[in-house]
Parts: sequence; C-alpha cells; structure tokens
Amino acid sequence: MKRKLEISELIFKIISYTFLTIFALLCLYPFIYVISAALSSYDAITYSRVVLWPTDNGKDVVFITEAFKEMFTNDQFWTSYTNTLFLTIYGTVFSLLVAILGAYALSKKRLLFRRFFNFFLVFTMWFSAGLVPQYQNYIKTGHVFAKMGITDEKWLIVIAMGMAAMNIILLRNAFEGVPSDIEEAAIVDGATEFQVLTKVFIPMSKSTIATVTLFFAISRWNGYFWANQMISKEYSKPLQVFIKNKVAEYTDPDFLSFWTESYHPDSVVYALIVCSIIPILVIYPFIQKYFAKGTNVGGVKE
Amino acid sequence: MKKTMAGDFLIYDKSSNTYRADPEQIVRDDVEKHYWLNVVRSILKDWRLYLMLIPMILVFLFWRYFPMYELLASFKSTANMQTPVSEREFIGFSAFTKIIAGDMAPRFWRALRNTFLLSFYGLCFGFPMPIILALFFNEIKSNFLRSIYQVLTYLPKFVSTVIMTSIVTMLLKQGGLTFDDGILVKALHSMGVIGKEAVETGMLRNPDFFRSIYQISGIWEGAGYDSIVYFAAIIAISPTSYEAAQIDGAGKMAQMRYVVIPSILSTLVIMLITRIGSLLQIGYEKVILLSHETTKSTAEVVSTMAYELGGMGGEGSGASVPGIAMAAEMMNNVVGMLLVIGANTIAKKASNVSLY
Repeated sequence: MKRKLEISELIFKIISYTFLTIFALLCLYPFIYVISAALSSYDAITYSRVVLWPTDNGKDVVFITEAFKEMFTNDQFWTSYTNTLFLTIYGTVFSLLVAILGAYALSKKRLLFRRFFNFFLVFTMWFSAGLVPQYQNYIKTGHVFAKMGITDEKWLIVIAMGMAAMNIILLRNAFEGVPSDIEEAAIVDGATEFQVLTKVFIPMSKSTIATVTLFFAISRWNGYFWANQMISKEYSKPLQVFIKNKVAEYTDPDFLSFWTESYHPDSVVYALIVCSIIPILVIYPFIQKYFAKGTNVGGVKE
Repeated sequence: MKKTMAGDFLIYDKSSNTYRADPEQIVRDDVEKHYWLNVVRSILKDWRLYLMLIPMILVFLFWRYFPMYELLASFKSTANMQTPVSEREFIGFSAFTKIIAGDMAPRFWRALRNTFLLSFYGLCFGFPMPIILALFFNEIKSNFLRSIYQVLTYLPKFVSTVIMTSIVTMLLKQGGLTFDDGILVKALHSMGVIGKEAVETGMLRNPDFFRSIYQISGIWEGAGYDSIVYFAAIIAISPTSYEAAQIDGAGKMAQMRYVVIPSILSTLVIMLITRIGSLLQIGYEKVILLSHETTKSTAEVVSTMAYELGGMGGEGSGASVPGIAMAAEMMNNVVGMLLVIGANTIAKKASNVSLY
C-alpha cells in the first residue's frame, strides 16, 4: 500500500521545488545574459533590450558575432590564453606533485617528527604574513630567478603560488584511510616505497586526488591577484589579467565616446567572459561527480 | 616527579629466587641513551619518505615562512628598503602606535571594523543558505532532477573572481550617453528596491550598497557549493530513521526537528566554528575588484588598506609606508589566528572533533 502524502510533506515539497528552481535559475541567469549580450547588436545593449536571447529589436533572435571576431583577431587575447594554459598545466602538475609526495610522507605513522611537520603545515592556515611581506618576498625571489637566468615571470607564479595546506591535508587524510594490510602486502611482494605510492595509494584515493587536482587547476585558471602583481611583461600576462584590463578599458566613458563599430563595446567584454568560462563549463560536468565524495572523505578529521 | 625504586628495574625470578634486570627496561634505557642514533638510523632506513617531504617543506618555507620573517621589518626603519631586514635600524613599536592611536588610527579601526562586519554579515546571511539548500535537495527524490539542480547551483563557484566581479560590474553599471544602466539596476529600480538617486550615483560607487553587493554575490557564488558538505551528511541518514519517526506519527516538521537536524548538527557546529575562526580572514581579491575610490568608507578592509599603504597598487595610490601596512595586517592576522585557535579548541571540547 502506498503511503499517502501528508499535507505538511506536500507543502514542504512544493516550497523546496519552488525555492530550488528560483535559486538555480538565478545561478544560471547571469551566464545566459552574458552569452546573449555578447551576441546582441549595439542598439539592443544601449536600450537594454536583451533579456534572455541575443537580439536586436528585443523580439527576434539574431547572432552578431563581431564581438567574438574582434576578440579572436586580437593577438594579445591568444597570448594570454596560452599563458593561462601554461600556468594551469604546469602549475597544477607542480602543486600536485609536491602535495602528493608530502601528503604521502605525512600519512605514515612511522615518520619521525610527524607532529612537527603537521604543525609546520597547519600553522600556515592559521597565520599568514600578509600581502606586503609576501609581495616583497616575491620580488626578492624574482631577482634570484633573474640571476639564475629564468626571465619568464610565469615560472615564478608556477613555483610560488597556489600551494594550499588544506589540499595537502585532504590528501593526507585520504592516504591515511588506505588499509595498511594492502600496503604490507605490496611490500611483501617487493614493492619499493615509490611503487607503493604509485600502485597502491594513488589508485586507492582517486576521488580525493581528482578533487584536489580540480581545486589546484581552478585556482590556477582563475588566479588573478598575484599574476597581476608580479607579471610585468605584457606577453606573459594570463587571461584573467587581460580580462580585467579590457573590462576597465571598455567601460571607460572616454573610450566609449569614440566608438564607431556596429556592435556595443560591452559585447566584447561579454564575449571575453564567455571565452574564459567555456573551458570550465566543458570540463566541469565530468569532474563534478567526484567532489562530493572527495571533499567528504577528508573535510573533517575525527 | 615519581620516585624511582630499585625494584622498578628488576624482576623477581621465582624459580631461582633471584632478581634479574627487566629486559624491557634494558631496551628502554638503550632507546633513551641512543635516542639521536636511533633517529638517524630510522631516517636512513626511511630516507625515501624524508626525501618526499623536502619539496613540500621548501615550498612552505620559501613562500609562507620567509614572508613571516619579513614581518620583522615593521619594527625597523623603512628608510632603506634595499638592505636585508636584519641590517635595518630598529625603531621599536612606532608603526604600531601610529595605527592604534596615531594619525593612521581612524583609518585602521575603520578597516578592522569593515573586515569584521563583512565576515559577520557573511556569517549571518551566507551561513544558513547552504543548509537550507541541502535540506531542499534532500526533498527531491529523482536523482536526475537533483543533479541538474546541483550542477546549476555549484556552477558559480567555478567562475573566477575577476569574471564574477566583471559580471556584477556589467549588471550594475551606471548608465551614460551611449548606454543604459545595467539590467539589474533597472530591474531593482522598477521593483522599487532602490531609489532614483541610487540609480543616478551608481550602485557600485555608493558606499551604502557595497556590503549588500558583496554578500549577495557571495551567496550567489558559494551557497550551492557549500551545501555539498551538509547534503553529504543528510544522505548519510538511514531511511529507517525516517520510517521509525513516521510510525511514531512524526510529520514533516517533526522529522526535520528530530531526525535531520540532529544528524547534521556536528557538521553544522564544525562549519560554524570554522566560519567564526576565519572572521578576520577575508578575501582581498574580491574587495579590491569590487570596491571603488568612493566606497572606501564601507569597503576598505585591513588587507586592502595594507595593499595601498604598502605601495602595491601602482602609481597614484599615495605615499608608500610598508612598515605601517605590515603592522596593520600583522595585528589583524594575529587576532585572526587567536580566533582560529580558540574556535578549534572549542570544537575539540564540544564535539571531540578537531579541525586540524
């Protein structure tokens, strides 16, 4: 017999569906607006006719791709895109390598001074020196790098940024959760320390590693502040810095008064935003299933 | 201190009616005597483990601990920034007295108050939202539909701060000759949320709106993603708990009250304590990107103040006084650290769960 839905239950269901639908649409709407506005005409943006779809007079759907064309013919755009890819790929690999090795060592009970090393890590989450000392430290290392012959400032960002103690702790907790029997079995079979790590521990904590990789990659892809601060050469600047500068330039009233193109300068900004989000939108659904699991494993240590 | 007796080290042997040395104690003595030798031995045996630690230690030493050493500069003269910190002239606490009671004091206390208020409002409005979302996600029994909702609500979290603030800037921008006000400004005005003069001054340039913009965009960005942890706690509840409650005649509200809330309570307490602990650790990136010269009275937090005073903002940001900038941020971060440690201690006492 099917249980009848109680009235309180029904009301609660209706409320939750309504609320979630509204919230989800609010989360989605800015993206839809951005895409539509990127494809709309000059008049449509000037008189705020864009609501849902790309348009000219507010009714018909039109696709004006001039803004995208301008972006795609801009060399600086492609340079900054490559720079961001460079930073994301090398940066994620570097951070992940350091984090996995460190977390593996920290997860071993037989490691001497383990409490000290853990404290060394956790203390950086409690206390940060602040912006100015970090900035001066980066400048100094920049000089050291320059002396060593590394003139590309991107390498400084790759090596110096993006390491988060929380991610190492997530990995450490995941490694601690691997049953020691399996590790012992591998050692009995003659596995070396490195083989134990690559053949046992990494495959057994896949979801956490996927989550942490995602965190690293996202923070690299989205990194703005320090890249803006540390990279002085125009050809080394990543996409986020480029976008920020373009937004400032294209929303400047002086710039706007000399505008003669058939599309609105705002469309260029929107087109840029779209181009920056697309890679995340493409990868995101594939990784999305991992992180509920991955963060839950290590989020709270009991 | 415990008194040591001769008998502690000896074992009475019944068969031969004699005392002999305790073998465990011999080992213990040996370990104590050769402590460092054993340390070296163990390190040599597991040298691969220690080798693995080295990159991590170096990274944290170079980029986290060296800046802390640089902080000493706030006690020293900033006349010559090129010399190493250790060789600069010691000037004592003058930077600190300047920000606490001197000419920088009004600005510093305002920034500290803004830092605290931004986080505090975030706690009040941003904290309950993910919990509500998680409770509602639980109501949707269809997995497909729920994952659509989840994907949509997590999405803003993966957009960068630059993109997020650019979108906010575009939606809220002030109109001009060749373009209209942002669509959100128009919508809010037509709904009567904001008045005519607010539209004319521009919402992003009005200090009264900064906090609301900051909080609402924060909720938009993070609420869905933050609900993951609560939702994980809710789906871990066994269905039998609900059934038992239903048999006992519990309606929806009673089930919430007696089944769901108790099960997520420990997660909730931990998240709350973490939030309280990080009250003074506020993301400077978003504040720098969203604030404006005219909104300083509500938007300037301690780290953005240090950013400007430390001469990081580039030309036109005024005289650079790195000593004062460091001192201000150091005070903020020390208080912040005390909050984190305090919150962690309370968490440990209250629920036997340690965050770190």
